[in-house]
Amino acid sequence: MSSPEAPEQLYAAREPVFPRRVKGKFRNLKWLIMIVTLGIYYLTPWIRWDRGPELPDQAVLVDLASRRFFFFWIEIWPHEFYFVAGLLIMAGLGLFLFTSALGRVWCGYACPQTVWTDLFILVERWVEGDRNARVRLWNAKWSVNKARLRLTKWVLWALIALATGGAWVFYFTDAPTLLVNLVNGSAHPIAYTTVFILTATTFFFGGIAREQVCIYACPWPRIQAAMMDEDTITIGYRHWRGEPRGKLKKQAVDANQGDCIDCMACVNVCPMGIDIRNGQQMECITCGLCIDACDEMMDKIGKPRGLVDYLALKDEESETQGKPTIPVLKHILRPRTILYTALWSIVGFALVFALFIRSDIDMTVSPVRNPTFIVKSDGTIRNVYEVRLRNKHGEARPFGLALNNGSELNLDVEGSEGTIITVNADEMKNVRVYVEAPAGSEAASSERVPFTFWVTDLTNQERASVDTIFNGRNN
Amino acid sequence: MSTRNDKKEVETTGHSWDGIEEYNNPLPRWWVWVFYATIAWGIWYTVAYPAWPGLKEATAGYLGFSTRARVANEMAAVDAANADMVAALETVDLAALKDDENLHGFAVNMGSAVFKANCSQCHGSGAAGAKGYPALIDDDWIWGGRIDEIAYTVTNGIRNEQSFSARGYGGVMPSFADVFSGEETSAVVAYVRGISGQEHDAALAAEGETLFLDNCASCHGDAGMGSLAATREYEDPTALYPDGEMTGALNLTDAIWLYGGDEAAITETLVKGRAGVMPAWSEEFRPGSGLSAAEINAVAAYVHQLGGGQ
Repeated sequence: MSSPEAPEQLYAAREPVFPRRVKGKFRNLKWLIMIVTLGIYYLTPWIRWDRGPELPDQAVLVDLASRRFFFFWIEIWPHEFYFVAGLLIMAGLGLFLFTSALGRVWCGYACPQTVWTDLFILVERWVEGDRNARVRLWNAKWSVNKARLRLTKWVLWALIALATGGAWVFYFTDAPTLLVNLVNGSAHPIAYTTVFILTATTFFFGGIAREQVCIYACPWPRIQAAMMDEDTITIGYRHWRGEPRGKLKKQAVDANQGDCIDCMACVNVCPMGIDIRNGQQMECITCGLCIDACDEMMDKIGKPRGLVDYLALKDEESETQGKPTIPVLKHILRPRTILYTALWSIVGFALVFALFIRSDIDMTVSPVRNPTFIVKSDGTIRNVYEVRLRNKHGEARPFGLALNNGSELNLDVEGSEGTIITVNADEMKNVRVYVEAPAGSEAASSERVPFTFWVTDLTNQERASVDTIFNGRNN
Repeated sequence: MSTRNDKKEVETTGHSWDGIEEYNNPLPRWWVWVFYATIAWGIWYTVAYPAWPGLKEATAGYLGFSTRARVANEMAAVDAANADMVAALETVDLAALKDDENLHGFAVNMGSAVFKANCSQCHGSGAAGAKGYPALIDDDWIWGGRIDEIAYTVTNGIRNEQSFSARGYGGVMPSFADVFSGEETSAVVAYVRGISGQEHDAALAAEGETLFLDNCASCHGDAGMGSLAATREYEDPTALYPDGEMTGALNLTDAIWLYGGDEAAITETLVKGRAGVMPAWSEEFRPGSGLSAAEINAVAAYVHQLGGGQ
């Protein structure tokens, strides 16, 4: 509770962050992940996949107009949306698993906000120089040189942002066609609007807002905190080794002095602008750059690495008592993470299983019960069924319809001579099907007769069936 | 929170509940401006859009917006999008409609809507009919089940007194109460049940045969097959018979009964007579509320594909 005399300021202006360049294994890992993730994002729409003449040849395509999702050899129809639900569940469980084991590893390495911010900072460094040059430029008065550098940076950022926003729309329609249309101005206004909005947000989030998105806007860090425990790997500073910190004096290391030489390397490289030596902080995305920076310094002064390191909370307790370092694997393998892995695998296997057993033939049969049956002039009892057949293939296919109860019940299809139904490529067809029991037959005079519709894809002889009921005269 | 009151004591409202007092801080500026903005917005909105109620109707609003107009526009847009199909349907050769899969599909969908709005009241939403209202999904037709015949029936109606070209004009099932005695009626009923393959008294039916041939066969035919069969038998079966030739006499030999096939129902038909009427639906007979030529063709296409089409 603050007293009315000195109310606490709830607003704080942003302190600009100028991360210094750093080399090391985590930095290299981050470069690698950036190349892979951005490569996937930018290039995927351009991969071609032949599905025959009637279907799009784009390997990954979200076709909103005809409500299909194409993913290489897989085609997901709207009624198979449970695959998407399953993938989302897997993504959720996967994040639980990674968070409980490795903390905010998603934030530090794979989050698009982190990856694009990293790329934007890289561009900034190419144009304006490393940390010190950037600080100087920030403090300098506006001049031709400052304007030139800023403008160059902003143009490069804008180009990256445009490529990012532009790549998104290619997932929703044929990419080469859309690119031509976008350039010659004939693309749909929605495409331009989407590109514009995503370009603007990329520029703003990656170039201007940066770490503020993680600190103020993103709900995920808050949720993550609830999933971490004392075995979760986070970034820590071995204060029991580093303190009391002191400046390195030539040839004169005070015996009482800890390993930390207060060189600020870990602070200068931090993209979030925090000091990791203050302990675990909400802002920390555990990207590991401070570890690289500190290790570099430790190597220079001939001290062992790992003053700043990936640590779990438990490590502090055991290491201050002089026990040896607990191996990372021991932190990670614990009932909780094993359970998450098991759940994740079960959902994953179930999805793969569902994908393999899903029938290529899709038939639904809805009996028309208005009326329940019809008497024809010769006394034949007729039931009507609405049969929906889906052709998931790239060419028109004939399907043969049959009943298991052939001796008693007869089959007839509205608008066709036989019982063969041709469905156009990648379409669903709705046909009225008549099932008839001759006058005086057992089925005609009974109440309900169960029977089965069989459908055969005449191209590959694959079969599927649906059970339903025939209503007789006594219904 | 504002820091404006840092130096001085903050004023309170003077209210105190259990020792809890309430500060009387000014509202934040941004909040006040948003409040003013909402007032300005409110004034603009009531001027721009329909808002103030009057005695008869609300003010129209400067922008002239109306939800009714928007619906009308959307409907007009749909109509415009369908205009080509509707125009094609208006002049289509009904016999060849099924060859144009696209137009036929459009006609069936459109006809389904027309049927539900105009026909289902009597024929039922599943077109199964009811007593006195023929089922349209079976294979028994009184006036012909070809698509052009269905369209003709819808256009001109049955026993439509405004039109000489309406089928069944002047022809009804008369009452035979004055012609047959009670016993004769039973005999004719037995005979009719006999020719339709139902349980009957054979001796009584033999008596009824002569009565049937003398009194009923003129319309129902010697074999009792009805007027449609008679017309089809003697003349070109593909010709459309608008008037005269067809009386609409039912086929008495099949399993389908418009007014019921048991003894009581047949007796009632014989004694009281029957005279079902189908209204005519064309604009000619119901100006302003009739169906357009395209709608009639569409509903004919819909009925034709329900299972009984010939």
